[in-house]
Amino acid sequence: MAKSIDVSDVNIYYGDFKAVEGVNMTIKAKAVTAFIGPSGCGKSTFLRTLNRMHEVIPGARVEGKITVSGQDLYDPGVDPVEVRRMVGMVFQRPNPFPTMSIYDNVLAGNRLNSKKLKRAEADAIVEKSLRGANLWTEVKDRLNKPGMGLSGGQQQRLCIARAIAVEPQVLLMDEPCSALDPISTAAIEDLIHELKDSYTIVIVTHNMQQAARVSDETGFFNLKAAGQPGHLVEFNPTKKMFTNPDNESTEAYISGRFG
Amino acid sequence: MSAVDISRSERLYSGRLPAYAPYLVLLTAFAASGLLALLLGWGLVAFAIVGGLIAVVALPAWSAVVENRRAATDRLVTSVIWAAFAVTLVPLVWLVWVVISKGIPAITAAFLTHDMVQRLDPVTGKLEAGGGLEHALIGTLLVTLGAIVISVPIGLFTAIYLVEYGKNNRVGRIITFLVDVMTGIPSIVAGLFALALFTLIFGVGTRMGLMGSIALSLLMIPTVVRSAEEMMRLVPNDLREASYALGVPKWRTIVKVVIPTALGGIITGVVLAISRVIGETAPLLVAVGAAEAVNTNLVNGRMMTLPVFIMTQYLTATPEGFARAWGGALILIAIVMVLNLVARVISMIFAPKTGR
Repeated sequence: MAKSIDVSDVNIYYGDFKAVEGVNMTIKAKAVTAFIGPSGCGKSTFLRTLNRMHEVIPGARVEGKITVSGQDLYDPGVDPVEVRRMVGMVFQRPNPFPTMSIYDNVLAGNRLNSKKLKRAEADAIVEKSLRGANLWTEVKDRLNKPGMGLSGGQQQRLCIARAIAVEPQVLLMDEPCSALDPISTAAIEDLIHELKDSYTIVIVTHNMQQAARVSDETGFFNLKAAGQPGHLVEFNPTKKMFTNPDNESTEAYISGRFG
Repeated sequence: MSAVDISRSERLYSGRLPAYAPYLVLLTAFAASGLLALLLGWGLVAFAIVGGLIAVVALPAWSAVVENRRAATDRLVTSVIWAAFAVTLVPLVWLVWVVISKGIPAITAAFLTHDMVQRLDPVTGKLEAGGGLEHALIGTLLVTLGAIVISVPIGLFTAIYLVEYGKNNRVGRIITFLVDVMTGIPSIVAGLFALALFTLIFGVGTRMGLMGSIALSLLMIPTVVRSAEEMMRLVPNDLREASYALGVPKWRTIVKVVIPTALGGIITGVVLAISRVIGETAPLLVAVGAAEAVNTNLVNGRMMTLPVFIMTQYLTATPEGFARAWGGALILIAIVMVLNLVARVISMIFAPKTGR
């Protein structure tokens, strides 16, 4: 079910401002790809173009080709809603729906798309997704309590459960651990390792140790100067990236000698 | 106090007034004012004003002597705020008290179940008015219901457009401006508009309850739009993005995520709008007129409404008329009160839950 993503010559704009330019890469299926780079270099922006969430912002647009199993995501005939069903996303801050219980939050993707589910099917999806997100044992006795009552780390895992409940092919994670403590972060990193078997995962992180721990491939984004568009500096297997990078600025950034 | 001599700027200790100080001051102030009132023969108003003034001045003064300057300022501002609160409460309590005390005697079973049509009394053999407000109660409920049915969908859809689609475009700005202008329409103009509209369509002399509903909805729509817009803007964008990222179309996101999250506030806004229009007299008098009998048909003939009933009863200038006017006023306030309570309950049920 996991799919690889081919990106060629992608430029991303906010109105007239070019935020990211000339990105080429191939994101492998059933692997974890991490994006690192300084703030404002466009890694989150690029991540959001992979499921057409970028265009939710007024004036935002994308040039170039992003293909998943031979289909260009930005073809005029492609429905962004279908793209987002195939490419799920977890956000920086946990954002469970405040009006819904834990149970309903997990089913939100199915229910909101008005899929009719039998009670047994719904229960099965909830249990499978919560187990997949390593949250089942913690919440199985209080599925009907509000999702907002969980701790931050639990809320984030609830959001991951919600994202995998619709069985996407690709899972995008935009700094999923930046609002969490080290223990919750470890729980989510373990989860990423497990999810890798069935999903293509792309993760943006500010934490280079995290990128080194969880990812198979890493992309380094950087800015030429303030006000200039961000661009992809280097894209290599994580091991090579952290031991023997091709590019000098990558080495400087990773080793902390940046600027 | 301390053995070591420390300079004033380094001292951490200062005197403290006891916790009961404000109550003591209040008691003393009103006792003093009461004494003065007895001696000089003042009325209740002068007694209350002087008592309040003494308290507001005395507490900060005492604090300035015992405590420090910052504490005295704090006490002064606190006293002024409490005084302002009390002053605001006076007209409200007064109004409710007067309406209840004058309205209760008028409210009987017959008052609620009769209209004002004159009928031949079988016992006395004389023509007597019904002496009730059933027709006005039914009329007000129907006309207001009509106004809700018209204005809530329009107002809600306008707010959805403004928040979700027309955020920065020209149409959105024009609509916002027009809604602001609409807020300022004098209510009688809304009544005249409804009258003119129906006269144009159905001819001169047309009277129906629906005209009142139209007039009231003109007054309700801007309030509904404004409050729904504010509430939907408060829904965090994170939730919309979370929903889009699950592959939910925009319209479903609005219906299933944005509106439920904002529902408590939207309902409160609608109820405030209803409370605002349910007591409108002028537009209803112009558009719907007055009637003596129960009329449950919104699209045919004049209807009585509570505000118009109160006014016509007051204009009779008879003791029975005055009594009925007060009774009608009490019923009107009770309806608004019940609406507010219902809205509270509904918004409590739908409020986002944070419990564990």
